[in-house]
Amino acid sequence: MTSAQTHTENGAQTDGKPVAHGADNGHLHKYGMVIDLDKCTGCGACMVACMSENNVPFRDDETDKLTSITWMRVYKLTNGKPYPDNDVCYLPRPCQHCEGHAGHSPCVSVCPATATDYSTETGIVSQIYTRCFGCRYCMAACPYHARYFNWWDPVWPDGMEKYLSPNVSPRMRGVVEKCNFCFQRYQLAKDKVYVDGESTVSEEAYQTACTQACPAGAITFGDLNNPEHLVHQLAQPDDHHHGHPRNPNAFRLLERLGTNTKVYYVSSREWVRRAGDNYLPDEQTGGGGH
Amino acid sequence: MDSALIPKGVKRCPTWQFLAWLSVFGAVLLWGVYAMLLCWFKGLNQTNMNDYYGFALWIWADLAVIALGGGAFFSGLLKYIFGKDELKNIINFAVLLGFICYSSALLILAIDIGQPLRGWFIFWHANVHSMLTEVAFCLSCYFAVLTIEYIPLILENRQLDKVPFFHNLSHNMHETMAIFAATGAFLSFFHQGSLGGVAGVLFGRPFAFREHILIWPYTFFLFTWSAAAFGPCFTLSMTWITEKVTGKKLVKDNVIDLLAKISGWMITSYIIVKIVETLYWATVTAPSKGFDVSHFYTNNGLYGWWILFAELIVGGVVPGLILIIPSLRRNSAARVTAILLGCFGVCLNRWVMVLQVMAVPVMTFDNWALYYPSWQEVATTILPVAYGIILTMISYRYLPIFPQEAELNPLEGAEEVEAEQEATAAEGAAEPATA
Repeated sequence: MTSAQTHTENGAQTDGKPVAHGADNGHLHKYGMVIDLDKCTGCGACMVACMSENNVPFRDDETDKLTSITWMRVYKLTNGKPYPDNDVCYLPRPCQHCEGHAGHSPCVSVCPATATDYSTETGIVSQIYTRCFGCRYCMAACPYHARYFNWWDPVWPDGMEKYLSPNVSPRMRGVVEKCNFCFQRYQLAKDKVYVDGESTVSEEAYQTACTQACPAGAITFGDLNNPEHLVHQLAQPDDHHHGHPRNPNAFRLLERLGTNTKVYYVSSREWVRRAGDNYLPDEQTGGGGH
Repeated sequence: MDSALIPKGVKRCPTWQFLAWLSVFGAVLLWGVYAMLLCWFKGLNQTNMNDYYGFALWIWADLAVIALGGGAFFSGLLKYIFGKDELKNIINFAVLLGFICYSSALLILAIDIGQPLRGWFIFWHANVHSMLTEVAFCLSCYFAVLTIEYIPLILENRQLDKVPFFHNLSHNMHETMAIFAATGAFLSFFHQGSLGGVAGVLFGRPFAFREHILIWPYTFFLFTWSAAAFGPCFTLSMTWITEKVTGKKLVKDNVIDLLAKISGWMITSYIIVKIVETLYWATVTAPSKGFDVSHFYTNNGLYGWWILFAELIVGGVVPGLILIIPSLRRNSAARVTAILLGCFGVCLNRWVMVLQVMAVPVMTFDNWALYYPSWQEVATTILPVAYGIILTMISYRYLPIFPQEAELNPLEGAEEVEAEQEATAAEGAAEPATA
């Protein structure tokens, strides 16, 4: 997302015309995701789609996962038990788009140059690449390792630059980048809303690349504030308790830290739900939530 | 050759010897500059930092030198505000060390950021909620204060002092130094504190996160306190090393004793609060997030319980006790051990609050991440050390850093030496005219 795009997100005007945005009809969007871990097969299609959609750079050797950029990363979890009780779960991890308390996400509140921002209109944590000067404080603040530093300048294989998305600015060496819920798609959807004379962005008009790419349909994306959206129905966020899910099978990663994320996970398996947060040995799963 | 520049009444090593050592440390400096240029022109891929270790060796070095440089603001506060006049005999050196530490910290920050040319964004697009913003503003302002405090010292050079304007400027700056000392203490309180806040506000990192008083986490106050407590240890350590290198007594024992005593009480009070705070964090804060404190000290190859013991006991309780017990404090070996342990303790605290924070896994399916620096990181971290040694060498040789040196080391046939220096100076001054 460029700085210009962020300005648009914040309700600025484009070509002199007012842009329809999330605050229409007095409603604020809170875009979020529900990922059904019982459906995820760990195929990695979401990761590939994300990289392709967002012009994520890669290198010849991507084996060092501590320096490679994967906005969407699939973790493999096991219950640690021997065969035949062994069980595996694949957990896709995009940026969790933390709201924290009143928009004080762990990363947004620490960025010294206001290069990352929490939008109260969309609930999306943005990254302004042209303002980031690469101090990496946001990365230190993020417990999900969802933020990535461009250790190298992006170099594309010959000819591949022609396949880059024109709607997403490639990032330069020395700045931080991360998942932005394919914000460029939201901008395009808003433009279409304006052209079509509609009042708000519909659920199907704005979907992330990973959601559309998942062959198992494990990822659901939409407005958590809108009861008609599937994400709301799946997660059943309790606004009186910082979005804590009322769905007993749903959980959020590290909810006890107070990050107040907008990515929910669903699993019928108790050990998977317990793996989503830290608990003392005598604590029940979900017992420490907000 | 340079005797005209050497302060009156003191003896310095021959010029060739000075230049030889200058060359040695200059070579180290150049090595560091080469590594620095690599980082600037090729990027931070020259380091071993990664997406888990966004903060690494440099940030530790940055925090460490700022803590050690705390001797400058605290000594200034004691002398100019609290009237501890004996400290005038060590304040020059404390200011020099502070200047070195803070200029080094700024240099390290300039190397550390991914887009150095955008460094000014921190001022232009300042986020008032960020502790790092506060660090940047206060650090820059305090460096300006240190520069103002260092300038009169430069102007006291024997030749510069002959220029009436410089002489009067230096004199007048000395007269107003209390204002700068107070300003420096004020700024230091905030930037030392906000450096502590950098870690303490990370509510996504339960190893670093601490409870708050208003907007300030406890680490805010602990960092300020520890800098004031351990900074003088660094001043005393460097004084001791300079005395060993020069083979001279440079500061009288009563001055050393006073600063050591104050440092001892500051360390002792700090470490009591630190231990209480650590216990609260271990038994209340971390468990409230689902973490047993053992999570932070087990299941990895480096960060065991030993590090807690080393920081709190070896680097805190022990030096504190030695320095507050008069008989131990006045024992040279015990005192030197204590001040060196103090420097170790505060550096280890900064290490823990930077490197260990990055190492601890937070998600249950994550792993400990350990890291070792690349040679470029090591070289650029040694760079400020070489720079500091060089600036200390030059300052010691040409400026009256230690006011008691002449008294403590009377020259045999001082008048003859002085006359010889004057004659050499006159000869030196005449040379350009004949060339």
